[in-house]
Amino acid sequence: MFKWFKKESPESPDTEGNRPQQTKGLWSKFQKGLSRTRERLKEGLGELFVVERIVDEAFFEELEEALITADINIDTVRSLLNPLRLKVKDGQLLKSSECKRYLREEMLKMLSIPSPAFPPLARPAAIFLVGVNGVGKTTTIAKLAYRLKSEGYKPLLVAADTFRAAAIEQLETWSRRLEVPIVKQTPGADPSSVVFEGLKAAQKRGVDIALVDTAGRLHTKYNLMEELKKMARVAGKVLEGAPHENLLVIDATTGQNALRQVELFGQALPLTGLIITKMDGTAKGGITLTLAHLFKVPIRFVGLGEKIEDLDPFEAEAFVDAILP
Amino acid sequence: MYCILFENLSERLEDTFKRIRGRGKLTPKDVERGLREVRLALLEADVNFRVVKDFINRVKERALGAEVMESLTPAQQLIKIVHEELIKTLGEKAVALDLSGPKPIPILLVGLQGSGKTTSAAKLALFLRKKGRRPFLVPADTYRPAAIDQLQTLARQINIPCYNPAQGETPVEIVKKALAEAKAQGYDVAIIDTAGRLHIDDQMMAEVEEIKKAVAPREVLLVADAMTGQDAVNIAKSFHEKVGLTGVILTKVEGDARGGAALSIRAVTGCPIKFLGTGEKLNALEVFHPDRLASRILGMGDVLSLIEKAQEAFDLKKAQELHDKLKKEAFTLEDLRDQIRQMKRLGSLEQILKMIPGLGNKLKDIPFDEREIVKMEAIINSMTPQERRYPKIINASRKRRIAKGSGTSVQDVNRLLKSYEEMRRLFKRVRKKGGLQALARSLFGR
Ligand SMILES: Nc1nc2c(ncn2[C@@H]2O[C@H](COP(=O)(O)OP(=O)(O)OP(=O)(O)O)[C@@H](O)[C@H]2O)c(=O)[nH]1
Ligand SMILES: [Mg+2]
Repeated sequence: MFKWFKKESPESPDTEGNRPQQTKGLWSKFQKGLSRTRERLKEGLGELFVVERIVDEAFFEELEEALITADINIDTVRSLLNPLRLKVKDGQLLKSSECKRYLREEMLKMLSIPSPAFPPLARPAAIFLVGVNGVGKTTTIAKLAYRLKSEGYKPLLVAADTFRAAAIEQLETWSRRLEVPIVKQTPGADPSSVVFEGLKAAQKRGVDIALVDTAGRLHTKYNLMEELKKMARVAGKVLEGAPHENLLVIDATTGQNALRQVELFGQALPLTGLIITKMDGTAKGGITLTLAHLFKVPIRFVGLGEKIEDLDPFEAEAFVDAILP
Repeated sequence: MYCILFENLSERLEDTFKRIRGRGKLTPKDVERGLREVRLALLEADVNFRVVKDFINRVKERALGAEVMESLTPAQQLIKIVHEELIKTLGEKAVALDLSGPKPIPILLVGLQGSGKTTSAAKLALFLRKKGRRPFLVPADTYRPAAIDQLQTLARQINIPCYNPAQGETPVEIVKKALAEAKAQGYDVAIIDTAGRLHIDDQMMAEVEEIKKAVAPREVLLVADAMTGQDAVNIAKSFHEKVGLTGVILTKVEGDARGGAALSIRAVTGCPIKFLGTGEKLNALEVFHPDRLASRILGMGDVLSLIEKAQEAFDLKKAQELHDKLKKEAFTLEDLRDQIRQMKRLGSLEQILKMIPGLGNKLKDIPFDEREIVKMEAIINSMTPQERRYPKIINASRKRRIAKGSGTSVQDVNRLLKSYEEMRRLFKRVRKKGGLQALARSLFGR
């Protein structure tokens, strides 16, 4: 399958011109997005590490700007940069390449969270996709179904967003296009009842993975979060241990509010992973670095476009290289 | 007032300035230190880094003047300046839609995927109809599965006409035909919903340019999510360059995002924010008020909006009835249930509580927590009308029955009855002080 990122080889330094041009597919798309970001940040931000230099406070300030504008949380940025700053204050001479290597390692450490195998082993397994409105839950469900199907699994779509206008039709369209079965009820139906019916059907029809599409909801809405808990409880009654995965979908353009999203969705359901969508834009999704670090939730997939194949497993190295200027 | 509204930042600034108090006058260095806190607060609110930098420079000039330096309450002075400058940046007052020109007047909604265009289109239509206009909806998102269906469904819900595209019609064809149809049928505003698109997607941006050329919209509104982070500047700038924005709708504002993106967008485009989307219901669209957003960006809650919402949700007729009851001291559990229902309409009560200065203490024993409220209503629902009107008759066995019927415990029932008593007492006190106005004052601090 496509590789999200072609791993950096020692002889291809992280500069625009030297990027492996022959890489096709998602990565080239992603890269295109990045080069545009760089065009936009005209003040030379993206070039911080190109010319080797001895770092000073001005360098740190530029670096700080780059990291903050990637939406990494300020505390995270500070705790990343502080040890370096201290060294420099102590009179140590630090080269920019050393600085980068250090940052890269620290970030990778933050992201190294053991993540369970995908798809989960239970049969049938139930996977819930949850998140605030418009982040890309339904599209990601379709992408996952496509992925699972092409890997030989038997997926089933469960249309448990009975609230948003035409949400069921949206999932149905994907079901038709992908030739993946769907369980749905009527608009306004109790989502828990859809979950019940869906998982029962999954059991009966020998489905491997039931993908449950939930309505977008703001994490601050108490009643809607209770509804989500109820759906999970119902799932657990049909299938032992269900939902086997609760994946929180986060839009890469989201800023600091993502912290609250993980906190509150995490209070409603035990989150087993994050999916970052819309990484094909200019936003770098840096907040997810903080999320993974603070909440110890692994990032599982990244969405890189609107096409059905535009979903790839998360690769920490690619992510970090995209964030570092 | 400022110290109440701006608790977070103000606490931080008080802390910063405390150390130097007693030494008398502030030095420019002290002000710098205070500004660093302001900077952090803005970054945490997702205001773009560069925008923050410019903003701080502007505040600094003023802060180094006598206002702050010689003030006995430098923290509050500084916050006052920050708040004022924020409002200045956001635009001093609400800017209305431009609905001049030949009818139907086209309004074009553009934005990233998932920002809330479709819902906003329907909300805007409803808003305009309430203003006496005759809106017409145009679904021009031919890409996302069931997007057209979505707008048509919403249109049906609010009974507003919506164009029905033929199979295979392109967005440009759709808008042209839809406008002709709207014109023929005498509608005066055409609200066009477009597909979500990335600002760096050249092909899709070219398409929206074409749509714009085809209809010459009076308003081009960028629909942006209040949770957007630093990238808001790139998004807004690109859309503005390509299609020339005239305004912004900020969506999903009812959550707890601080909404700093609004400041970024305003700063890079100069376009006014015109509306706020405040919920999934189609009437959840509010005209933008800069002062409120300014408070919110500073993390101080949106007190004014809440007061207004409370007033709106507070049904006037019911209020009058309550007023009469209070006069007669006949506040029953049924009235309490009415109150609860009204409160539920307000959204997250916990948050409201937090935003009402000085209230937390006074109502400590009254469970305003939202989950409690749900429980309370269930308990009252399980009572007989007799019990609701004369709570005194509720004895131990009745309590057990009520608890069972509402899926709660006897303790819960007891707690509710206790709260009810407290409320009755509070109302009684209020009654003595002069009716509902006083109650409102004691609740909302004004
Ligand atoms: N560019 C881009 N667009 C995406 C991606 N994932 C989803 N989208 C788009 O985002 C928009 C919203 O996606 P949905 O899947 O409907 O989002 P949702 O979370 O199900 O939305 P609600 O159910 O309304 O809360 C659609 O236009 C999708 O095509 C992605 O990775 N990249
Ligand atoms: Mg959906």
